[in-house]
Parts: sequence; C-alpha cells; structure tokens
Amino acid sequence: MKFWEFANPRVFMGWTDKVLPWAFALAGAALATGLIWGFFFTPDDFRQGSTVKIIYLHVPSAFMAINAWIMMLVASLIWLIRRHHVSALAAKAAAPVGITFTLIALFTGAVWGQPMWGTWWAWDPRLTSFLILFLFYLGYVALWAAIEDPDTAADLTSILCIVGSVFALLSRYAVLFWNQGLHQGASLSLDKEVYIADVFWLPLVVSIGGFLLLFVALVLLRTRTEIRARRLFALRLRERMA
Amino acid sequence: MLALFIRDIRLAMRAGGGFGLALAFFLILVTLVPFGVGTDVAVLSKIAPGILWVGALLSSLLSLDRIFALDREDGTLDVLATAPIPLEGVVIAKAAAHWVTTGLPLAFAAPALGVLLHLPAPGHLWLLITLAIGTPALSMIGAFGAALTVGLKRGGLLLSLLVLPLYVPTLIFGAETAARAIAGQAATTPLLLLAGITLGSVALLPFASAAVLRVNLR
Repeated sequence: MKFWEFANPRVFMGWTDKVLPWAFALAGAALATGLIWGFFFTPDDFRQGSTVKIIYLHVPSAFMAINAWIMMLVASLIWLIRRHHVSALAAKAAAPVGITFTLIALFTGAVWGQPMWGTWWAWDPRLTSFLILFLFYLGYVALWAAIEDPDTAADLTSILCIVGSVFALLSRYAVLFWNQGLHQGASLSLDKEVYIADVFWLPLVVSIGGFLLLFVALVLLRTRTEIRARRLFALRLRERMA
Repeated sequence: MLALFIRDIRLAMRAGGGFGLALAFFLILVTLVPFGVGTDVAVLSKIAPGILWVGALLSSLLSLDRIFALDREDGTLDVLATAPIPLEGVVIAKAAAHWVTTGLPLAFAAPALGVLLHLPAPGHLWLLITLAIGTPALSMIGAFGAALTVGLKRGGLLLSLLVLPLYVPTLIFGAETAARAIAGQAATTPLLLLAGITLGSVALLPFASAAVLRVNLR
C-alpha cells in the first residue's frame, strides 16, 4: 500500500479505525511503563534529589512540542503541493496537541526550576524560544479559527506555518545571541556520546516513545473528528442547496 | 509600481490616512513609561533604547491593517491583482509606502523622544540607524500579516497576534545593536544580522504575501 493512498479520506478512516485502539493502547502501556519506572524505580540524583524525576515528563513533552510543529510544517507542505485534504486537516488537528505539549514543557520546567534554579522563570534562550513557539502556535490556531471557508483557511495557515517556521528558527538563534543560557545542554543525542546514566536513560526513552505514540494517537483521533466535521459541513451545505 | 507607491503615500498623508497617528502613539507611549517605572534617570537611560524599539514596533503595528484592507473594501485590490504588474510588486510597493509613512518617521522621531527618556549621548544616532535599517523588515512582515487577515471583518486583533511573534528577531537584533553601541561594545555583528533580516524579508516575504493575497482574492 502506498503512502499517498491515505490521502483518500475513506482509506484513511478505514485504516485508522483499526490502528487507533492499538495506538492508544501502546501509548498507554509505554507511558505507564516509562513514568512508573521513572518515578518509582530510579534512584534520586545525588544533587537534584527526587526533582530529577520531572525529566520523564519535561523532556518528552518538549521533544514532542517541537516535533508537532515540524509535523505541521510537513503536512502543510503536502497540502500546498498535492492538495490532499487529509493532510491539511492533520496539520489543524496537531496544533492544539502541540500547544498542550508546549504548555506541559513550560510548566514542568517551571516546577523543576523553582527548587533547582531558585526561580520559576528565567529569560534563558531555551525557555524564551519555547515561549515564542507557544505564541506561534497560538497565532496558527487563531487563524484557523478565524476563517470560515475551509480551503482558504487551510491555504492561509499552511503559508503561515512555513513563514512561521523560518521566523521561529530565526528567533531561536536570535535569543541565543541575546542572552546567556541557564538551561543545561542536550543530554540526549543520536550521534554524540550520551551524558546520562542508563538507569535514567532507559525509562526516559520509554517515556519519549510513549509521548510520541500518544501524539500520533491523538492526532489521528482529532483528524478523524475533523474529517467527520467536514463531511457534516458538506452534507448540511448540500441540504441547504436542495 | 512607482505610481502605486506614490498613490499610497498620498492616501496615507491625507486626512484619515493615519499618517500622524503612529507618531502620536509613539509619543504617548514614551510619555507613559516614566509614569509606570518612575523618573529615576539611571533606570530610564538604561531602558531607553529598548523602550524606544518596542514603542516603534507597536506604533508601526497600528497602521498595518490599512495596507490592504481599504483597497480590498473598495475593490482596488481586485484591479491591482489583474493589473499588468505582478502581485509581488504590488506588495513591495505597498510595504515600501507603509515604511515611508510609518517606519521612517518613527526612526527620525525616536532620537528626539530619546531625550525624554534620558537616552545616553551616542544612543541617538544609533537608534536612528538601527530603526532606519530595521523598520523595513517590520513593514514587510506586517504586510504579510495584513495580507493574511485581509479577508476578515475584524482582523485587527488577530493581525497583532500573528505579526508580533514574527517581529521577535528584528526586535532582538535592533535593540541589541543600540544597547551594545551605547555600552561602548562592538555592535557590528547584531547590526549586520539586523540588516540581514531586513534584506531577507524584503527578498522573500513578497512571494509569501502575494500567495496569501491570491488565496484571499479567490
């Protein structure tokens, strides 16, 4: 089966109908494993104490907050290039999920920062970039909400997503230039040596996997809702015409 | 394009065009700051460059919705879309007119208003330079936002929500250049980055804005 066949709403609905329960079950299992393992069966850090355990929420949600935007960017590009409605609706469906992950990352960061840094908030480049990312999400969702015609809304938000990505990236490096950082560097990397002990690393990876699956499941669910809403809209329109 | 540019400037200068509004808003904003933070000279002179930059940014936001909305209402935009010049050219001409009637006056007003905020001596020239270099980017980004919201009845608030996050890099480099220059540090790097943002915006955003306008005129 080719990937582009999912652009057919009927194929998409039929396929996701089967996959969705599994996605939710796997996400739940991975989240439960990762979080319970992380919260109860890992040792305390020798300097951070038990506050280190917030990492199992903070890092995965921050990771997914950025990836949600990237997914929206890809979906927007697919919509602009190939005009697949499912793609535009998936981008729309991902935005509120991305906002939530951004908020979770900001909130858990603040909760961790209070005992560790002695402050809820610092104008650190990473924190600031996330706040700006949050604002970009808000603008994107607001634009979707403001426009009535679904195709116009999809076109405009797609272009906003592309322009916004460029400016979000610019902002990321601009704030790096503007202020010194308090936030530690990345502990996880695909190509560099890992700076984190295995006892913490394994549950963290499971948590990240759980958040990723949760994101996929939520986006699929929300996309299905959007497709149904769109069908309803079309049916009502047809009724009014008749 | 030149004719359109001159027409837009003329429209902005005439009554109801809002030419003086941005300047008046800027003056009021700067007047309000000492009421909020007190009249301590040390504090004011420290925050002056940043306040002036934020003030200029907010003032240029005021007249953004006029770039396309009025022309859309009376049908001029449809005529322009079918005119022999490309829509990208229309966007550039209109953004340039917005800059001449908003950004440039703000850049010249900022050093004068700096006196009210006890801006340190070398800062006046630097504010003029950074604002003159940075405000074209503000007008261009603003034109993109205005194009996005042109089809909406009450797009004003949404316009600010869309445009202000896009202003972040420009503001950072602009205010950073002014602050560094006043502190006597080397300011070339942020100045070049600011110029880069302006040039990049002018080069790329007309295409995005024109694409958005085409969608809205469908």
